[in-house]
Amino acid sequence: MAEDKKTNRRDFIFTASYALGAVGVGAVAWPLIDQMNPDASVKALASTEVDISGVEKGQSITVLWRGKPVFIRRRTEEEITKAKDVKLDDLPHPETDEERAKNPEWLVMLGVCTHLGCVPLGDKGEYGGWFCPCHGSHYDTSGRIRKGPAPTNMEVPKYEFVNSNTIKIG
Amino acid sequence: MSDHDYTPKSKFGKWFNDRLPLLTLSNHLAEYPTPKNLNYWWTFGGILTFCLIAQIITGLILAMHYIASADLAFGSVEHIMRDVNYGWLIRYVHANGASMFFLAVYIHIFRSLYYGSYKSPREIIWIIGMIIYFLMMATAFMGYVLPWGQMSFWGATVITNLFSAIPLVGESITNWLWGGYAVDNPTLIRFYSLHYLFPFLIFGLVILHIWALHVPGNNNPIGIDIKKPSKDTVPFHPYIVVKDLFALLIFLIVFAFFVFYSPNILGHADNYIEANPLVTPAHIVPEWYLLPFYAILRSIPDKLFGVIAMFAAIFVLVILPWLDTSKVRSAIFRPLYKQFYWFLVADVLILGYVGAMPAEGLYLLVARVATAYYFLHFLVILPLLGAKEKTLDIPLSLTEPVLGGSLNESMAKNKKEI
Repeated sequence: MAEDKKTNRRDFIFTASYALGAVGVGAVAWPLIDQMNPDASVKALASTEVDISGVEKGQSITVLWRGKPVFIRRRTEEEITKAKDVKLDDLPHPETDEERAKNPEWLVMLGVCTHLGCVPLGDKGEYGGWFCPCHGSHYDTSGRIRKGPAPTNMEVPKYEFVNSNTIKIG
Repeated sequence: MSDHDYTPKSKFGKWFNDRLPLLTLSNHLAEYPTPKNLNYWWTFGGILTFCLIAQIITGLILAMHYIASADLAFGSVEHIMRDVNYGWLIRYVHANGASMFFLAVYIHIFRSLYYGSYKSPREIIWIIGMIIYFLMMATAFMGYVLPWGQMSFWGATVITNLFSAIPLVGESITNWLWGGYAVDNPTLIRFYSLHYLFPFLIFGLVILHIWALHVPGNNNPIGIDIKKPSKDTVPFHPYIVVKDLFALLIFLIVFAFFVFYSPNILGHADNYIEANPLVTPAHIVPEWYLLPFYAILRSIPDKLFGVIAMFAAIFVLVILPWLDTSKVRSAIFRPLYKQFYWFLVADVLILGYVGAMPAEGLYLLVARVATAYYFLHFLVILPLLGAKEKTLDIPLSLTEPVLGGSLNESMAKNKKEI
């Protein structure tokens, strides 16, 4: 510094009070902001069990989990081969079908378009999978984005087969 | 201005005004010198004030009957429509009032663009106006969610998902906005709370907008600085008050036509179906006044850049006073700008049209061209025009072209010598 102003006690007190004031404002503001985050009752609905015994090949059901639709599709052999035959280089968001469907017959994913959150329509679109009517995203039979503005594949939630007839999502 | 030498006539008035100078304020508003050549495009400020107050009053009444709850909201709106005395009227005035508000604000904004009202020394007025416009869009969007119909729900889903485009923190932000993992009851209740608050914020900003206006005074169709008060001005009351009221009456005829003869024409039939988180309507469109921005969003094939472009389309308006470098305000004296102005108007109308159409094929192509032109206008054409355009001679005063019989400066000067 050109001017050799000495830091005196008063400067120290100013800085310390500003710092303490900022911490205080932050501490008061946080509860006011955090109250808008998902509350305990919303978080409590974190998992749901679905009976899939009635779903035939080529059929899909939609269930509600955390306020979002979840597609559970029992895929046909044709759909599975189609999904597996895709080269990873052709995918905007490369994921193999094996990564997405642990049991290839069952595809479980959030029925939420990754663009702006609409619910895509099944058995539609240029890749025989899903088509989002809102802004024209096309998904293949593995729920992977192929064409349109959506940035990623439809999300696969955490799920497990409780037994051969029941899936637990969440 | 006679602000300083004003003294109330009555003794009580003097006593009161010394303690709270409200009478000085009302005197200032009545005497406020206004350019005498203001045309009818200048009446929309008053019309907008009326719209805001009408929305606040009808909104307060609707809030007495509406229930902000995902289970009950849809039913409570039907209850307002069928059971509440004159509930149908109040709701239709409120719903169509939003459209009328935007109609007026678009005319008001485009008037500023034509006559260069955003230029020095009126930049702050313009920026406050843009903040008001942005808050209006937020308020209207949240209000549209409250009936909890299909368009309400999916409109809310699409718009709040815009924030999910933000890298890293996008998902946390959307969950925070929703109060859950999707648009649901907590979202509806907070939108109701904010929809109630925002009009009062707008009201406060309107006061600042008018305050900032009263510092330099109104711009005018000729766009020159005028002496105040002078032969070029008239007092706000009664001249402008009466003119504004007449324009308001004409405006109310249009307003009443929508309310009484086609109250649902600006809405969407899907919003009379209760919200269903499992089914997205086949064709989601926002309200007409947001369509140009929606078209810009959809014209970009990348999620993040689409969102950025949409917000940039609004932000570019905020910095307009520094993009338009021409010293001449009014388009009357800017032969090239006048043409580009109408191109911009056409461009925005085209964007609005393609925004309502499916995002595919020719519509998508047109949307892309129109989006590119929109930014080209503000970021390239305006700065270039400021440097290149040969503007016409501007008159020295408002009376001069009339008395001088010509816009030509030198001739007017000659007249004075005679």
